[in-house]
Amino acid sequence: MALNRAAAIVLRQFYLIRGSPSRIFPLFVWVAIDMVLWGFMSRYLNSVTAPGLDFVPALLGAVLLWDFLTRVMQGVTMAFFEDVWSRNFLNVFATPLSINEYVGGLVLSSIATSSIGLLVMLLVAGAAFGLSLFTYGLMLVPFLLVLFLFGIALGIFGAAVVLRLGPSAEWFVWPIPAVVSPFAGVFYPLSTLPEWMRAISHLLPPSYVFEGMRTIVAGGAFSGTSLLWGVGLAVLDILLAGWFFTRVYRHAVRTGLIARYSAESVS
Amino acid sequence: MPSTHERVLSVQALRKQYGATVAVDGISFDVGRNEIVGLLGPNGAGKTTTINMILGVLEPTAGSILIEGVDLAKRRSQALERTNFAAVYSPLPGNLTVQQNLRVSGLIYGVKGLSARIEELLVQFDLVRFRDTKCGVLSSGEQTRVALAKAMLNRPQLLLLDEPTASLDPATAKDIRARIREFATRGTGGVLWTSHNMYEVEEVCDRVLFVSRGKVLLEGDPRALPREHGKASLEELFITVAREPLALERA
Repeated sequence: MALNRAAAIVLRQFYLIRGSPSRIFPLFVWVAIDMVLWGFMSRYLNSVTAPGLDFVPALLGAVLLWDFLTRVMQGVTMAFFEDVWSRNFLNVFATPLSINEYVGGLVLSSIATSSIGLLVMLLVAGAAFGLSLFTYGLMLVPFLLVLFLFGIALGIFGAAVVLRLGPSAEWFVWPIPAVVSPFAGVFYPLSTLPEWMRAISHLLPPSYVFEGMRTIVAGGAFSGTSLLWGVGLAVLDILLAGWFFTRVYRHAVRTGLIARYSAESVS
Repeated sequence: MPSTHERVLSVQALRKQYGATVAVDGISFDVGRNEIVGLLGPNGAGKTTTINMILGVLEPTAGSILIEGVDLAKRRSQALERTNFAAVYSPLPGNLTVQQNLRVSGLIYGVKGLSARIEELLVQFDLVRFRDTKCGVLSSGEQTRVALAKAMLNRPQLLLLDEPTASLDPATAKDIRARIREFATRGTGGVLWTSHNMYEVEEVCDRVLFVSRGKVLLEGDPRALPREHGKASLEELFITVAREPLALERA
């Protein structure tokens, strides 16, 4: 893998974001609004429930972590969509750039953009509502790692779906986090869910993070082994997403879809 | 026919089939160093399909493509490092400036001394004043010059040009032809060129291949071929290829 080629994708994203307010604002505005909205919601819930219960680390913290995952996913898909929107596939794929380098570039772009979002969320949630992720202790690192890895996997999967089905399929991609969240138990324990939903939850890496987070906030002991499953599943999901993207790309090269992508000739 | 060591492109028995439709039917040809080869034929003849296969964005059903002896199917990145292209249907992203587009492409092609190379090309293609202009607001002629500057970035050994002068005014087209001619004569690369402008082809190409229904029907010097086939001009020969390819196949 040639780093300079992956860096080309990152540089392209940097140029695009630097010169465009419509790309800069979404990096931090929506997540900041989310922090304000859920911050006040947490405060309100604190005021109407039994004293001692603190919704800030459980609810606002959950929103922050979920937004982080969403931003990681969108960091990958947005970078990919830039090539879709500018009909740039030929200039990208008819070059020495390999698929690994291209996807690597998308991931590196996502690391940069999602880090900005995370930083802004930490600042707003911390300054306005007193949320500190250090409440989660050392588990914070694996929590963020699992969410990052799963966000990358969702991003690569979403990009593959759009590559396979055409530009209009981006509308399948935007709601993916919303579809996953009820199963991931972002706002409630998995025990709340019916059996069939819980079975799906156990396959989703974020569910281990949010179960762990709630256990820690409630003062309970959280097993690191359980989180290892989350890490393992997230790594597996990345491998599966990478395999799926490569398979879709090969199909596109075989059928000529890459060269005529905007035609949406393949259904 | 260029000798083996002089070939920058060697295409053997190349075939592309979509279901029952054969787009390219076992064509073979070479492009030599310092040679400009014209790939001619009516719409749907298989020219762009052939170029897409050489660019690695379309997988052949059968056949082989060697770029400077490197097998595209087995060593894709190494083969495409020696190649570059400009096509009228593949403009550079309009939301990046000329310089940004050249820098991103230069990184992808691993160009050494990229900043200096970009400056050199901005001067060569008269783009200095557009350095910080977004490509999307340039005229067709200016965009074509940017696309050609991008295509020259890595000093390719094989330059693929798919109708590079389409939609250009005659003066700009003449200027572009001169630059490509210069690329072929001064460097060590070869050019595969498609065009529907027979005047241009006669002026620029050293050799032409007439393609119809995915097959190479005729090959030779564009200035001698019409006479050899009893036609007054290359354009007349082109029309015959387009309308009566079977007559030429039988001949």
